[in-house]
Amino acid sequence: MTIAIHVADLTRRFGDLVAVDRINFEIVQGEIFGLLGPNGAGKTTTLAMLSTMLEPTSGAAQIMGIDIKKDQDGVRKAIGIVFQDQSLDEELTAWENMDFHGRLYRIPRETREQRIDELLNLVELFDRRNDIVKTFSGGMRRRLEIARGLLHHPAVLFLDEPTLGLDPQTRNHLWKYIEDLAKEKNITIILTTHYMEEADRLCDRIAIIDHGKIIALDTPARLKESIGGDVVTIQSPDTSKISTALSVPWIKRLETHDGEVILTLENAEQHLSMIVTRLNEEKVSITSISVHKPTLEDVFLSFTGKTIRDEDISRKDAMRMHFRMMRH
Amino acid sequence: MDIVYTIWLRSMKRYVRSKSRIVGSIAMPLFLLVFLGFGLNSVVSATSLGQQYVMFLVPGMVAMSVLFTSVFSGIQIIWDKQFGFLKETLIAPVTRLEIMFGQTVGGATTAVIQGIILMVLAVLMGLRIENPAGFFVALGFMILVGIAFTAFGIAIASRMEDMTGFQLIMNFVVFPLFGLSGALFPISSLPGWLEPVTLLDPLTYGVEGIRYGLTGVSQINPIISAAVIAGFAVAMTVIGAYLFRKISV
Ligand SMILES: Nc1ncnc2c1ncn2[C@@H]1O[C@H](COP(=O)(O)OP(=O)(O)OP(=O)(O)O)[C@@H](O)[C@H]1O
Ligand SMILES: [Mg+2]
Repeated sequence: MTIAIHVADLTRRFGDLVAVDRINFEIVQGEIFGLLGPNGAGKTTTLAMLSTMLEPTSGAAQIMGIDIKKDQDGVRKAIGIVFQDQSLDEELTAWENMDFHGRLYRIPRETREQRIDELLNLVELFDRRNDIVKTFSGGMRRRLEIARGLLHHPAVLFLDEPTLGLDPQTRNHLWKYIEDLAKEKNITIILTTHYMEEADRLCDRIAIIDHGKIIALDTPARLKESIGGDVVTIQSPDTSKISTALSVPWIKRLETHDGEVILTLENAEQHLSMIVTRLNEEKVSITSISVHKPTLEDVFLSFTGKTIRDEDISRKDAMRMHFRMMRH
Repeated sequence: MDIVYTIWLRSMKRYVRSKSRIVGSIAMPLFLLVFLGFGLNSVVSATSLGQQYVMFLVPGMVAMSVLFTSVFSGIQIIWDKQFGFLKETLIAPVTRLEIMFGQTVGGATTAVIQGIILMVLAVLMGLRIENPAGFFVALGFMILVGIAFTAFGIAIASRMEDMTGFQLIMNFVVFPLFGLSGALFPISSLPGWLEPVTLLDPLTYGVEGIRYGLTGVSQINPIISAAVIAGFAVAMTVIGAYLFRKISV
């Protein structure tokens, strides 16, 4: 197995803020590796360093054996990147955006044109190749950016939040492309996301990153196993009484969060009636109760003590405030 | 060279598609030419000029369209920054110098085309170029002005985060440079104390050079004009390249 990416104690500070804090990992060739974390966790900063856009404060990394500090051009030739924010020329057509990229990477004309056609077909934009990008939807733009990132046949592809802001259908569509790519072209992919479902579906391994630190790193299956059983969520107006009512050895973990109590236990289905009985005895009223297999959401909660959605809400609020301020 | 060509090609494609920009940056000098030129033609005494005022004004307006188009082309890097496209260029395995040269050549080309369009309109309005070789002299000066001020725009854009500072630069740098350059009136008609200031304005030499080419008359020796504006173009390119090297996205 060839090591495609090797990262050792990589760190980046912005003034006092440690955006990326001594992270370490290794990715083997052909793997899809996910960086999962809330807003501001340091995902984009990590990719910026690996792609030579940003100098690390300390630490080292190699992409396909090439040092990111010593041979920036070498790294740039080996990677393709889809940035978090859009980076197309809206005044050019899809084909022209591809052509510009191909020329920048000095791909000879014949190969270039052949690959452009092939890739535009792959992302189903061939019929729209002569349309100005301004007329494209968000999903089409994203697909075009992915096609562009592949044009120079990079060994490693960086995808920064590839499906952010897209509707579920388009997202599903893109996931299929990414999966096929990794399989067919044996490309190593490192993607960042704060969608649990995306990480779960696509990634061979996931690093959960929060406040610049990697707090867990494993396959999605093993991360979920680490929860140690099933998850029971109880909604109730008096959550405070639940923890005393349910202090029994077969419940491994009990957390209260947002008017919900989340329990972890093995064979939850069998214990459900016991839980309900005990709560009834203690006169705790139950609004709803549900059982599910652990998801990455539960993993995230157990490692960080918060849900990734908390952060999403605060981000939406921040946006709303921003718009409100703009109006005044 | 192929990278410079690639960036140039993109500028050209964008230019050809931006009809409103083409018309917009021609309109101002054209209106000035019509209103000032014909309006003041009989008021301004021709004796000090040795020619009609409107004909005196044509080279100034050609220089104006080259000046504004090229500054604007350079400044456009800020749009690329804001629309994210600059990242795509900077992440490629090419040097910043190649990118900067490509932008400069692209901006200068659009600026010169704008100048030529204005020149053609002036010919339709009655300008007669005495000597066909003069056209090429004027063209040479337009290219130098275009390069110098595109590089100037790139230098500014490299240090600016967004377009908010753009108006400031226009009002306090570009307009004064234009006003002092003798595009609108002969340098010799300014009060004595202002004359040295106009001679410090690099654009003065560009305007004088274009005027020499188009009308055969100028107040500054064309050789000196060529030397000064060429030197300025080189200096601006070096400064622009230096600042662009440090640009961050
Ligand atoms: N150029 C910069 N200057 C100062 N601080 C920065 C800069 N870039 C990033 N940061 C800070 O570093 C931290 C990590 O940011 P980063 O963009 O890497 O997060 P992220 O995980 O990609 O988040 P998101 O999901 O919002 O994209 C944040 O606190 C951010 O404010
Ligand atoms: Mg990010």
